[in-house]
Amino acid sequence: MRRIGPFLVEKDLVVPAGRLLAVSSAALLMAFFAAGLVFWAYGTSPVLAYRTIFVETLLSPSGFAEGVRRAIPLLLAGVGLVLAFRGQFWNIGAEGQLLLGAVAAAGVALFAPVPAALKLPAMFLAGFAAGGLWAAVPALLKLRLGVNDVLTTLMLNYVAVYLVEWLIHGPWRGRTAFGFAYTDRFPEAAMLPLIPGTYVHWPTLALALLLAGAAWFVLARTAWGYPVRVTGDNPEAARYAHMPVFWVVFGVALASGGLAGLAGVGEVAGVHGRLLGAYQISLGYGYTAIIVAWLARGNPLGAVLTALFMGLVFASGDVMKVALQMPFRVTDVFNGLILFFLISTERLLYYRVRWAPERKER
Amino acid sequence: MEDWIWTTLVRALAFGTPILLAGLGEIYAERSGVVNLGVEGMMAVGALAAFAAAQSSGSPYLGLAAAVLVGALIALPFAVASITLRANQYVAGLALTMLGLGLSGLLGKPYEGAPLAHPLPESGFVVAALVLAVVLWFFLRHTFTGLVLRSAGENPETVDAMGINVYAVRYGAVVFGGAMAGLAGAFLSLAYRPSWADGITSGLGWIAVALAIFAAWHPLKAVGAALLFGALYHLSYRLQAVVSPEFLKAMPYLFVVLVLSLSALRRGPSGAPEALGTPYVRGERR
Repeated sequence: MRRIGPFLVEKDLVVPAGRLLAVSSAALLMAFFAAGLVFWAYGTSPVLAYRTIFVETLLSPSGFAEGVRRAIPLLLAGVGLVLAFRGQFWNIGAEGQLLLGAVAAAGVALFAPVPAALKLPAMFLAGFAAGGLWAAVPALLKLRLGVNDVLTTLMLNYVAVYLVEWLIHGPWRGRTAFGFAYTDRFPEAAMLPLIPGTYVHWPTLALALLLAGAAWFVLARTAWGYPVRVTGDNPEAARYAHMPVFWVVFGVALASGGLAGLAGVGEVAGVHGRLLGAYQISLGYGYTAIIVAWLARGNPLGAVLTALFMGLVFASGDVMKVALQMPFRVTDVFNGLILFFLISTERLLYYRVRWAPERKER
Repeated sequence: MEDWIWTTLVRALAFGTPILLAGLGEIYAERSGVVNLGVEGMMAVGALAAFAAAQSSGSPYLGLAAAVLVGALIALPFAVASITLRANQYVAGLALTMLGLGLSGLLGKPYEGAPLAHPLPESGFVVAALVLAVVLWFFLRHTFTGLVLRSAGENPETVDAMGINVYAVRYGAVVFGGAMAGLAGAFLSLAYRPSWADGITSGLGWIAVALAIFAAWHPLKAVGAALLFGALYHLSYRLQAVVSPEFLKAMPYLFVVLVLSLSALRRGPSGAPEALGTPYVRGERR
């Protein structure tokens, strides 16, 4: 226990929701303040920037819909990463797993002889499998050889990017693409319906919400979730209690890769209607999903809120690009600063501050 | 034939130089016990600082100084987060990479596509990197400060017991790593390209992180490893007529995965510092 002025500060490992909210909000405010300084250095008035963002994302229905559209892949990949981080699998490869999902979906949409009614389900299944497979390799390397999973998952992102580039420049290049590097347009049966007037592909949104709920249920209420929670909190204890640590890590790896893969399916089947350049498909959703998961503090349902929040941050990047002619890299500045302040304030969560003025000695 | 070997070696050295410079910095940071995954971001910021300073002042040497300084400065918030505030080092490093790439892409927009009047020769960087590798090896292996730095990564309690501040040692190593990453960035924007473009680092920073592991955290082995990666990059340019360019571009990254797996297969201790990745808390038992 320590006294700072009239306050008593003491360690408290049980974090109440109020303190979590207060600390997280403080971190976000500091991040936005620091981002304002960066805008100022770039030559854009921070006040103008934030007013533009506020008016064009939160107060405009179409701007808000853009945020929701961006939140869909963030939620799918983010829920997966919540599971991965809970199970001690440091998956930084959601970006690549998402791209693999997009590739698999495009393969099914363009080339698989599947009846029209089964086209979309087959695409989602293939996307899940491809994303899961892309995560299974680093998971096995980690579990069998002890190879650092942060680096391998990350390296496979670059490999996935070049795989997509190769496909759209080479074997899958569209007959109708004339000079452009992308595949032919998907058949109508392989396209997801949109909420009219927006790019919100609602079936993927519904699937994402459903899976967030399912992930919460499995984690909190079932016999499968228990070993995941124990492994995450204390791997030694899990091993001592003969829990299947191998299968826990492998399982969360598959699930997180698969969920990121689903996000990729949604992007190509809902927004683009074809496989195109890796940076056009994703814009770094897989990296931002790390923040979504971190901000959600290990709770899959929390990811619903944090994905929407980060989706709006993404939409702000769009707004600043169009209205203020700033490069899209502003989203990276936001992302980096938000993550920085979030992890830096983490330790504050475990301290309770009490108002206790010292009594004057008589 | 001899010509071919000679050009391959020379180009491998040039391609390997940024990886070696940044890798040496990362080796120092990791030997002190801190994994900094922000190399890619620090390199990008260094490249921009070098180009901006060189272009506006007309002196490439001022650019060099700016890159080193800015690289060191951008490593500071990471050091505060990971050493003082004991945040997760991996995530803090990722945040630094995002921030570095974002900052350089945003603030570098006015410099995009502009040529550099007085570029520096690649050979200067190559020689400097090789000399630095030897100097840094000697410093780490044969000086007291080097011993203290290594001990901070192996057994920080001992360093503390000697009355030396573990935090200060780690701050120093991390900031030095940032300066080296900045220097690597300067090579790209002052000599190799010489120009500024968003995405100039194209994953080289990540390769540098892998290099530290592959070289078993040894500055001299890092030279060989950088040469190997450099040769691979060179090869990917030479083979462009035969194999699809996308596959060749993916090769270094696949190679990193392969190399990490092979180093894991190696028998005996990996050479990783004992306390790598563990924040130090004074007076607390591990």
